This record gives sequence, C-alpha cells and structure tokens, in this order.
Amino acid sequence: MADLLAQAWAIAAKDLLLEFRSRTAFLSALVFTALVLAIFNFARDPTAVATIDLAPSILWITFSFAGVLALNRAFSLEKENRAIDGLLLSPASRTALYLGKTAANLVFVGAVEAIALPLFALFFNVPLLGVLAPLVLVIALATIGFVTVGTLMSSMAVNTRFGEMMLLVLVLPFLVTPVSAAASMSAKIFAGRPFAEWAPWLKLLTAYDITFFVICTLVFEATVEE
Amino acid sequence: MTAIPAAERSLRRSGAWIAVSLALVAGVYVRALVFTPEEATQGLAQKIFYIHAPSAWVAFLGCGIVGVCSLLYLFLKDPRLDLLAASSAEVGTVFLTTVLVTGPIWGKTIWGAWWTWDARLTLTLFLWFICLGYLVLRTAVDEPGRRARYSAVLGILGALLVPFIHVSVLLFRTLHPKPVVLQTSRPQLPGSMLTTLLVSFAVFTIFFFALLARRYAWARLREARAQGEAEAADASR
Repeated sequence: MADLLAQAWAIAAKDLLLEFRSRTAFLSALVFTALVLAIFNFARDPTAVATIDLAPSILWITFSFAGVLALNRAFSLEKENRAIDGLLLSPASRTALYLGKTAANLVFVGAVEAIALPLFALFFNVPLLGVLAPLVLVIALATIGFVTVGTLMSSMAVNTRFGEMMLLVLVLPFLVTPVSAAASMSAKIFAGRPFAEWAPWLKLLTAYDITFFVICTLVFEATVEE
Repeated sequence: MTAIPAAERSLRRSGAWIAVSLALVAGVYVRALVFTPEEATQGLAQKIFYIHAPSAWVAFLGCGIVGVCSLLYLFLKDPRLDLLAASSAEVGTVFLTTVLVTGPIWGKTIWGAWWTWDARLTLTLFLWFICLGYLVLRTAVDEPGRRARYSAVLGILGALLVPFIHVSVLLFRTLHPKPVVLQTSRPQLPGSMLTTLLVSFAVFTIFFFALLARRYAWARLREARAQGEAEAADASR
C-alpha cells in the first residue's frame, strides 16, 4: 500500500512538475474559464433574470467545461514520443498510474477552480465569504466525481480517432450526477437554505464518488494493457 | 475455413426467426387495434402503449445484456462476448429510439407537451446518449482487442451510471404514469388490455432476440471472412 502510494505520488509529481515548467495547459485553461465567465455576462438579460438565480448554472457549466478541457492533457502528454510505453514498462503498477494521473488532474482542476471562483464572485457579484466552507465541500466532491471518471475516459479517448471530441461524448453523460447535484446544492447554499434541504444531494454525490472511484481503479488496467 | 459456412447458416436461421417475429408483431397490432377495448379517457392515443412499453422493456433488456457481457469480457476475454455486447447495444439503441419517438407522440396528445424533463424520460434519453457514445467509440478504435476492452469499460461504467441518473432525476419532480403491471398491489389494467400488453411484451422479446441473433450472426460472419482473407493472404505469400 505504501509502495502504491509512493509510485502514484511519483507519477503525479512528474505530471505537475512538467505542467509547472511550461504552464501552457494551466494558463490556457485559466484564460478559457475567465473567457466563459465573461461571455456569460452577455448571454443573459440582467433586467429579466436575477444574477443569483443564474449563478449556480454559470458556475457549473464553466467548471465542467474547464474540467473536460483539462482532462485531455493527462494522457495526450504521454502520447508524445510514446512516453506512455516508458510508464507502462516502469515498475509502477497500473493502479499507481491511474491514482497518480487522477491526483495530478485533481490538483490541476482544483487550481483552476481556486482562481476561477473569486473571479466568478467578482463578475457576478455573488457574496461568497459567508458560504465558503459548504461551497468548497460541494466543489471538491463534484470535482472528485468527474475527475475520477474523466481520467479513465481520457486514457481511452487519447487512443481513438478525434480523441478530444470522443472524450466529450464519453464524459458528458457522466457529468449529469455531479453537475446536477453540485448546481442544486450551490443554489441552496447561495439562497441560505438549511443543510437538511440539500443533504440528499450530498449523499448521492458522495455515493457517486465512492462508486466510480472504486470501479475506475479496478477497470483502469483494461484501458492501458497492450 | 469451416467458420464461414457455419456463420452463413446461422445468419439464414436468424432470418427465419425475424420473419416469424415480424408476423407476431403484426398479430399484436391486429389484436391491439381491433380486439382490445379503447381506453376511456385517453381514447386511441393509448394504443401506442402497446409499442412504447414493450420497446422500453426490450431496450432496457438490451442495455442490461451490454453491461453483463462487458463485465464478463474483462474476465474471460472471449471475443464472442464483445460481439454480443456490440450487437445488443445496436439493437437496444434501435428500440430506445422507438421509445423516444413514440413517447412524445403520446405525450403531445395526453400531456399537451412533446417533451418534459420527467425522471423516466430523462433516464431514457441519457441511456440513449450512453448507447450512442458506446457505438461511436466502437467506430473510433480500429484494433479489435483494444476496441473490445474499451467498449467493455464503457459498458460497465454506463451500466453503473444508470441508477445514479435515475436518483438524480428523481430528486427533481416526476410526471410519468406509474407502472401499471409491476407494482405491489395487483395490476389495475382491465383484463383484456393486460393480456394484449403481456402478449406484446412476449412478442417484442422474441423480436428483440431475433434481431440480436441476426446482428450477432452477421458480426461473426464478417469476422470469419476477415480471418479467411488474412489466412489466404498468408498462404499466398
């Protein structure tokens, strides 16, 4: 177990170091997110719909598209110079590879979200400070949910024709639960509703995370074996 | 080389089954339209029920077969399981499309709207999306072994996703008529309608398996021919 985690950590650290050196993917994901947020401002009628009613949708549509974009990076990186063969030949197990890639993706998407969230509060005038703790919990759970599935899907999509498009087709149905749960919970949180009103969604989202984390870890091997 | 004649034989056999089941389907409609009473409040619109409900049943059956075959494939690595899952996904998608087309036709008459974001409608729609994704994924991978593994992974994840989507949409409100046959109290459908419905379920099940057998036989034949060609190319070298 300690071995597995050490290997996973080595893979995640390698990915993050590569990203930290060039910062291309991170910066483009960030600019993309800021652009989507800015465009949303012009895609609504501020006199007809109150911002606070639209805020959860804006937040979650932005986050899910930024997330899917980021997922492409994890395995397309390894495709260059067939670096994936080196990883598969290394003593690290396939499970460690999946855990490492997922962890790196989580850090990557989390960092984009951490910068996008204040930007969202600024652009749409949403008071975040009072609701920060529950909101961060919701964001974390939803992000874990789609990154676990998305990392697995991106390991397959990278080996298909039109991989980027394929990833969208494969991942979007799996976003229904995390995004609907997160958007509903955010709406309740912004509206100051009591915890009991959004507890069922929280349970569902937690169950989703656990189920897909376990199953994706188990089946990942089938997507990389040669 | 014996694989090709065997596959051709089973393709012919499945053709006979399709002819039989098409005749049975025609029989169900004669019974539904002529010998089954009209529903009091819904009138003729209710007749679509005898296509819609059995199609939904076989579509879900087809998706279930994809899930089971996918799981088994990852353990047994038998290419026949992959072909069966692919065939079932394709036939299931056809029936899902039937469900999604007949549903709105009925909905417009009875609910007054072609579409609502009701729990079951949403679930069926997303199941359809997953099936399409599955079929598209199969076209995007050339190498058969990899295609089978990828499809199996997606089949398993898709099967797991269904209950989650179901609960997600149930947390919204639902409008769909509650089940009229499989429920805890006894069925509330009048006897003659119930008989027609059950007959249509049985006939659609036969129809589904006939289509599945044909699609599977065709996939086997195509594979046997590809193998035959490869062997011939090897021999002439």
